[in-house]
Amino acid sequence: MASTGFELLQVSLPQLAAGALQTLSISALGIFFATVGGVLYGVLANLGKRPVNIALQVYLELFRAIPVLVWLYLVFFGLPIFFGLSIPSFWCAVLVLGLWGASEVGEVVRGALRSLPRGQREAGLSIGLSGWQLYGYVLLPQALKRMTPPTINLYTRIIKTSSLAVLIGVVEVIKAGQQIIERTYESVLIYGALLLFFFFVCYPLSAASRVLERRWAHT
Amino acid sequence: MSALIEFQGFNKFFGEQQVLEQIDLQVQAGEVVVILGPSGCGKSTLLRCLNGLEQAHSGSLRLDGKELLAPGTDWRQVRQRVGMVFQSYHLFGHMSVLDNLLLGPLKVQKRERGEAQAQAEALLARVGLLDKRDVFPRQLSGGQQQRIAIVRSLCMNPEVMLFDEVTAALDPEMVKEVLQVIQGLAREGMTLLIVTHEMAFARAVADRIVFMEAGRILEQNPPERFFTQPQSARAQQFLEKFSFVESLPKTLHKELS
Ligand SMILES: Nc1ncnc2c1ncn2[C@@H]1O[C@H](COP(=O)(O)OP(=O)(O)OP(=O)(O)O)[C@@H](O)[C@H]1O
Ligand SMILES: [Mg+2]
Repeated sequence: MASTGFELLQVSLPQLAAGALQTLSISALGIFFATVGGVLYGVLANLGKRPVNIALQVYLELFRAIPVLVWLYLVFFGLPIFFGLSIPSFWCAVLVLGLWGASEVGEVVRGALRSLPRGQREAGLSIGLSGWQLYGYVLLPQALKRMTPPTINLYTRIIKTSSLAVLIGVVEVIKAGQQIIERTYESVLIYGALLLFFFFVCYPLSAASRVLERRWAHT
Repeated sequence: MSALIEFQGFNKFFGEQQVLEQIDLQVQAGEVVVILGPSGCGKSTLLRCLNGLEQAHSGSLRLDGKELLAPGTDWRQVRQRVGMVFQSYHLFGHMSVLDNLLLGPLKVQKRERGEAQAQAEALLARVGLLDKRDVFPRQLSGGQQQRIAIVRSLCMNPEVMLFDEVTAALDPEMVKEVLQVIQGLAREGMTLLIVTHEMAFARAVADRIVFMEAGRILEQNPPERFFTQPQSARAQQFLEKFSFVESLPKTLHKELS
């Protein structure tokens, strides 16, 4: 058994790193789907079509009212039972984080698009832009400033929430840490390492969000 | 010769409210038509229907003989032929002046960059703003932004231009520079539909005045006739209000308008 903290870390590091990789992969994929889905949600919500808006509202409320944890259970345990469809726990976590994140990013994108002057849309249309071109060249780039800070903040929430994946059996970074503690009883050291891990992943993001928010405040 | 633009029995509703009622209006190629009328009478709506920003309810609207209210109209095509300039310019704030001008020609018309840029620069020079090519809209005055907005439409090589109170948001000293640009287009023989509250300009530039009230066209006449002998009582009242405002001392004039 390792006698010093340093030796202990050396032995446990690969295990911790594997866990960290799981956490980062789930988070990165979740963030990716949350962003793509969120932009789609925001654009759809801006079309002003009633049935579409009702569907999006139901989707949003489902993810606001039901905890992410329950969604994880529903997808992981519920899909096989009700639809005979079983998804690996890693992808269950990505799916749930992506869908939850997309609803939240989507609300941000929707708000940012709605804050643009109506005339931007009409000016774009009047030079013959298609709907895609209008959003791609005119509306989304202008909404970007307003939507980026809150979206980055949401990314940190996705990263932190990804640890719930442990409950459907993913050995992410916290689970890996707990396994090491069970073996070595070095809880202070390991939890310290976990703290640093989350801090160094999330802090740069929230700092960036604050910097951007300040820089873009008056443009 | 058949008209370039032809409204016939044209109707438009917003919900229950009818904002355009049995509009009959023909505009020949090269003609300059100024639309006058009290606030809320449907002038903007009429222009917006012409490039598909509003949907018509019934009737007929032809461009160059082709029915636009038929299903399957390619409004993107129509909008390239019918340019529109708005009261508050609506330049794209995240793009330089040049990028504002080139967006349509490059992305919609898929033209070659060198050729489109040469045209954009020539038009900028013409409105006296070539030195502003690389600045952003927020660095420009209202009058400069509005001239850029006109050039943005012109870069699409439209056949018709619609101007909806394009000087209404401007400080008085900038009105002239914008009106001169429009007058230049009129002299060149471009087809123009203009909504304005600048009566002297209307009188000088128009081939024909169309007077509207409550969604209907009450009279259409050459400017001299309209301004000196308006046919309808409503047009008389409308003009009296304007001459009253214009005869006021300058300070009061500002407060009223
Ligand atoms: N999007 C809309 N929804 C509902 N009603 C509208 C809409 N746009 C315009 N209207 C109504 O239609 C009527 C005509 O409006 P329009 O803007 O065409 O008038 P206008 O002659 O351009 O007036 P102004 O001189 O004030 O610009 C008005 O009664 C207005 O309230
Ligand atoms: Mg109007």
